[in-house]
Amino acid sequence: MRPAWSVLLLTTLIGAGQGLFLALFGAEVFGMGGSTLFVPGAAAALALLGAGLVASFFHLGRPERAWRSAAKWRTSWLSREVIVLPAFMAVVLAWGVAHKLGEPTLALGTAGVVLALALFVCTGMIYACLPFLQEWRTPLTIVNFALLGSASGLTAAAALAAWLHAPLARPFVAAALAVGALAYLGRLAALARNTRLRPKSTLATAIGVKHPRIVQIAQGAMGGSFNTREFFHRRPREAVRAVRWALLVLVFPVPALVLLSGKYSAPVLGAAFILQYAGLLAERWYFFAEAKHPQNLYYQAIA
Amino acid sequence: MTTKQLALVIDLNVCVGCHACVTSCKGWNNDGAAGPLSDQNPYGADPTGTFFNRVQTFEVGEFPNTETVHFPKSCLHCEDPPCVPVCPTGASYKRAEDGIVLVDYDKCIGCKYCSWACPYGAREVDQEQKVMKKCTLCVDRIYDPKLPEAERKPACVLACPTSARLFGDIHDPASDASRAIREQGGYALMPEWGTHPANHYLPRRKTEKRLHPDELERHDNPLKVDGLLPRPAPDEPALDDVTSW
Repeated sequence: MRPAWSVLLLTTLIGAGQGLFLALFGAEVFGMGGSTLFVPGAAAALALLGAGLVASFFHLGRPERAWRSAAKWRTSWLSREVIVLPAFMAVVLAWGVAHKLGEPTLALGTAGVVLALALFVCTGMIYACLPFLQEWRTPLTIVNFALLGSASGLTAAAALAAWLHAPLARPFVAAALAVGALAYLGRLAALARNTRLRPKSTLATAIGVKHPRIVQIAQGAMGGSFNTREFFHRRPREAVRAVRWALLVLVFPVPALVLLSGKYSAPVLGAAFILQYAGLLAERWYFFAEAKHPQNLYYQAIA
Repeated sequence: MTTKQLALVIDLNVCVGCHACVTSCKGWNNDGAAGPLSDQNPYGADPTGTFFNRVQTFEVGEFPNTETVHFPKSCLHCEDPPCVPVCPTGASYKRAEDGIVLVDYDKCIGCKYCSWACPYGAREVDQEQKVMKKCTLCVDRIYDPKLPEAERKPACVLACPTSARLFGDIHDPASDASRAIREQGGYALMPEWGTHPANHYLPRRKTEKRLHPDELERHDNPLKVDGLLPRPAPDEPALDDVTSW
């Protein structure tokens, strides 16, 4: 599949936003922190979620009709995501405002947790529900979206805390390391699983000719088509391998080293978040690039 | 299974890969009420455009024992279409009355998710209208009472010079399409995904003529002379080694 920047930004930004909210509310539940952290924190989470939402519009051919996409929530995970994301943003906003006004926040925060987790499931299921994209068809897709989002959110929370509420930086760093390690393991498991995949579809099943050797001669168009643009990333193997290395290094090991440096200052922890976010972009790019769509069997040769 | 399911049955044994179905499809659907099937840079170096139907060519086997298979590919109007439930707006739908899978171009937001959910690559985004498009089985033709009944068929079916494309209700066991599927080994593409495509393909067949001795003589043998021709002696000249001067 061709990685689309709009989708890479959407899934990584809202993942970090969800993770940041979960981190902040977690701190609140443990009785740590205060509105000096939670109000700007909620604003930061909203900024991440809003940026993701804006990015998603660039994926649409007809963004002015985006409101229609809430219609089929009974069958479509994409429709469910479209509903849950604004609902979650509204709750985060209300939670932040409640902190600002000194109103009770526990019920709002709990609703936020439910919606954040639901949003992870929706986002993951958009990919995991497609049976023939075998690389995505695994519970690991949802688990990794949730864990990677939470890890980056915790790193962001650590950076925010170092800036606004220093005593919380250390526990956030510890949590970011723990969840980041888990996320890294989950991602490694998905990578290992996907290298062992055998494609179910072959040219023999694609055109129904039972012969082991079938070669495409022509695909019916010489200048390419939607099918050749949308489903192939067209990057050389070396570039894909480089992104894979970037993901392996930047998603956890490098940010972990920065987090372990023992410097609980906002610039250092902010740098850790930026490094990890770059790793997440590489991770999401690779997530798309490694998925081989069976339709590609029909688009192997130009003429 | 009792409701109607319109579909194409494509005979790969007969298709010669002439692309008449492609051009007639483009011609009909480019002029339709739903707007043009746009092309980009059609006469330039890198032409591209939206098509409902494409003819692809495959080589089967290893040289010199190869076979060329021309393979027309369009939306298969699956009985369990994976593209429909994923559509967030309901723009993609399967008609209950005849099983045609359609896109409402006025509702489509162009998110391309349905094309990800189609294992066959049957859907293409129109670069100009920015919405998803796909074969409609010429839904604006097949029910048109202004057309003579024989022409109420998809444009590709009417255009095919070798009659490689049959059109009909595959749930009606008496239809030509059903009979062809039943009697000529009709099969579905990528059955492994459980999409149950309505369109079927008829396989390539070995075409060889078997001659039986009785075919060398006329059945009624009117003058009772078939088979009685005198044979030339081995040293005599003969026209064809059988008949004598």
